[in-house]
Amino acid sequence: MSGTASPTLDHPMSPSASRLGHRASRHFKEKIIELILFSAALVSVFTTAGIVYILVSESVVFFQHVPLTSFLFDTQWTPLFDDAHFGIMVLMSGTLVSSAVALLVAIPLGTVIAIYLSEFAGPRLRELAKPTLELLSGVPTIVYGYFALLFVTPLLQKIFPELPGFNLLSAGLVMGIMIIPTVSSLAEDAMRAVPMSLREGSYAMGATRFQTAVKVVVPAAFSGIMAGYILGISRAVGETMILAVAAGMQPNLTWNPLEPAATITAFIVQVALGDLPHGSVGYQTIFAAGLTLMLLTLVFNIIGYWLRHKYRERY
Amino acid sequence: MMPQEVSEIRMLIARHKRWDVVFGILGLVCLALGLMTFVTLFVDMLLDGYNRLTPEFFTSFPSRRSGQAGILSAWIGTTLVMLVTAVVAVPLGVAAGIYLEEYAPSNWVTHIIEINISNLAGVPSIVYGLLALGLFVYEFGLGQSIATAGLTLALLILPVVIVATREAIRAIPGAIREAAYALGATKWQVVQGHILPYSTGGILTGVIIGMARAIGETAPIITVGALTFIAFLPPSPVGSEFPFLSFEWLMSPFTVMPIQIFNWTSRPDPAFQANAAAAGFILVFMTLAMNGLAIWLRLRIRRNIKW
Amino acid sequence: MAEPKPALDTLPIKAAARRLNFYYGDFHALKTIDMPIHDKRVTALIGPSGCGKSTFLRCFNRMHDLYPGNRYEGEIRLLPDNVNLLDKGVDPIEVRMRLSMVFQKPNPFPKTIFENIAYGLRVRNVNKRAILEEKVEEALRGAALWNEVKDRLHEQAFNLSGGQQQRLCIARALATQPEILLFDEPTSALDPIATASIEELIAELKQKVTILIVTHNMQQAARVSDFTAYMYLGEMIEFGWTDDIFIKPTNPQTEAYITGRFG
Repeated sequence: MSGTASPTLDHPMSPSASRLGHRASRHFKEKIIELILFSAALVSVFTTAGIVYILVSESVVFFQHVPLTSFLFDTQWTPLFDDAHFGIMVLMSGTLVSSAVALLVAIPLGTVIAIYLSEFAGPRLRELAKPTLELLSGVPTIVYGYFALLFVTPLLQKIFPELPGFNLLSAGLVMGIMIIPTVSSLAEDAMRAVPMSLREGSYAMGATRFQTAVKVVVPAAFSGIMAGYILGISRAVGETMILAVAAGMQPNLTWNPLEPAATITAFIVQVALGDLPHGSVGYQTIFAAGLTLMLLTLVFNIIGYWLRHKYRERY
Repeated sequence: MMPQEVSEIRMLIARHKRWDVVFGILGLVCLALGLMTFVTLFVDMLLDGYNRLTPEFFTSFPSRRSGQAGILSAWIGTTLVMLVTAVVAVPLGVAAGIYLEEYAPSNWVTHIIEINISNLAGVPSIVYGLLALGLFVYEFGLGQSIATAGLTLALLILPVVIVATREAIRAIPGAIREAAYALGATKWQVVQGHILPYSTGGILTGVIIGMARAIGETAPIITVGALTFIAFLPPSPVGSEFPFLSFEWLMSPFTVMPIQIFNWTSRPDPAFQANAAAAGFILVFMTLAMNGLAIWLRLRIRRNIKW
Repeated sequence: MAEPKPALDTLPIKAAARRLNFYYGDFHALKTIDMPIHDKRVTALIGPSGCGKSTFLRCFNRMHDLYPGNRYEGEIRLLPDNVNLLDKGVDPIEVRMRLSMVFQKPNPFPKTIFENIAYGLRVRNVNKRAILEEKVEEALRGAALWNEVKDRLHEQAFNLSGGQQQRLCIARALATQPEILLFDEPTSALDPIATASIEELIAELKQKVTILIVTHNMQQAARVSDFTAYMYLGEMIEFGWTDDIFIKPTNPQTEAYITGRFG
């Protein structure tokens, strides 16, 4: 800061002139830095653009070979056979059934845990339970896959002796456990954001803890709870390894969770494990499948976004 | 109020309070169910893989004979891929976070960037794999290399790092910035001298959580086309001759821990499944340790900083 | 107020605090308070902020039980059955069913107008449509809100203005026919016009129900209440007819506060 020392009367001009020059170079440096930081922020936009470009450009080639109607309505998925069929419904059924099983686990358990932690548990239990639960979503999915295939499935086979070694049920159940923290932590945050004055209003009417939680807090936090559900759904739909390991990779148009089936994601893994030549129709199928997956999660995200805005909490 | 009315009310309350008890138990049961699953998984892995957790397991290549197979190439591959991921994701994510918190004007460009980041956080990881396959492997010609895998995972965890950076910066009160600006500091001087040092802990927490996620990611790396059977190591990054450092390893084929586990799990032979359990135990232990470190850091920051 | 005032001890009493002490953890917030609440009258609690007037009010419906570390000593007797509201054996939920409260800021639930009013009834397992409709109308009429909302009972309560929301909260409190209505600075978040309508309402309500009101606004206490209690640092300094407190307070501290030399 020596350049800004107070000017003396003998040299009234020189210090301020040097200060001006200093300012110009400083300004230039600041601009360069801002530009660098801005480019870093733009990487996310390029990533999205890259994803869209890759998925769409490969899918366009794919749809030149396969008409959209047979993609949507064919009931067989045999892209690598000589008699190739490309009915995405086959993969979609596996994705939807396994996601439904997962959500049947994650939504009730996650909601109950969220209500319990937000409205019933003491601060110490809450501080302890939250990070511990988050560990559940930190376990690598391949490990969950192992667990589903080699622990949960044998266990389920004791209940359903007919259950095949690969099945959607066990993969879905394990996936549901994995998603619990996603659902519960968003729902809990939403409930804790409900102001105390609403709870007091309810207690002052003679309501019990349970009545206050269910009749006042949950409706007030509705949109945040829904956001948790939606995030849970998109995680289930996009989950890959649990299904690839435990549900088998055989395309199977079924709505029965006791059967093995391939999901969209498992199919991509299966193709990637093989050695498909770049540019073949088989290679392009995984991008068409990926595009379908993106659109599916996009739909859920839009629903979530819409819900958040429609039911924006006003206290 | 009449006595019989009072006793009616008391019965009503007793009935309602029963639900408090029922739900209190239900909540604990659900919590316990989640935690029990985690403990079961951890113990199951340990029991299944206990016999394979020997020093040789870490120093052996995969093999056709299950008893001799190890995770040498896998853990070295994981280490190198994580290195690339960190080197790419940390500077990019922190820079983007700083830009959005300290520099970004509130206009449509900023808005688009923000929407993008929150959307990317919800994109399934396998889609990143498809992006990498099309872009890095073929368009950029990086092939099925460590560089490709590292870049892919870096893009995957970028939103985590950005969000953590932004949260850490946002926790710094405006008064600190104003104090620095009032002394004539430029924006970058404020960022460099105040914002970055004060938010390091929070950023580090986010980076660790991001890395813990990346280390367990399997799907995008399989999609890129990583081989599942690698019985050699990438070229060493340190050489004995000038210039002593080599970057050949970046372009080398590789395998990582999760892929090794996947490979062993998919084999019908239970002996290989024991290998999968042992490697899985190590992987869970690593992510657990990283998450634990992040939680500990977060608590420490919360305790030490009082603005 | 021309007619002669009856002597205080000849008036019927609805509730009475006896040697009431209250602690937030180690903090002694209310110090040995003795005070009657007269039946079908409005009693105002005034005093500088932090004097314990809201704390006192919230003892009546045991709101302090919601937070850990709070402790009561002494009694609040509710007449005619002479039950001690603070007794450990008395369920706070039972107390809250008998005494209703209106809060500082309007706090309607994120439900329809109808469901807001019906809430207290539903909590009491009253679910018959016809009964609910009758009681909701009665409560809304009682809170002078019926004419404004009768055509939109099934709209969200948030769509009402601030003053309407507060009257909705009063209606919600009235719907369960409480024995005492507790008001905690009910107009502090409202504009002067809405405030005037709430004050008018309070004057009407005292025909039917005993009212205890905390206010930071002395003019309001003078306008709406029959009795006033002045509190300072957790102590009850003076209690009496509102006219007496405002015109010839006996305690110099009260006088200092009333005349605006302090607080």
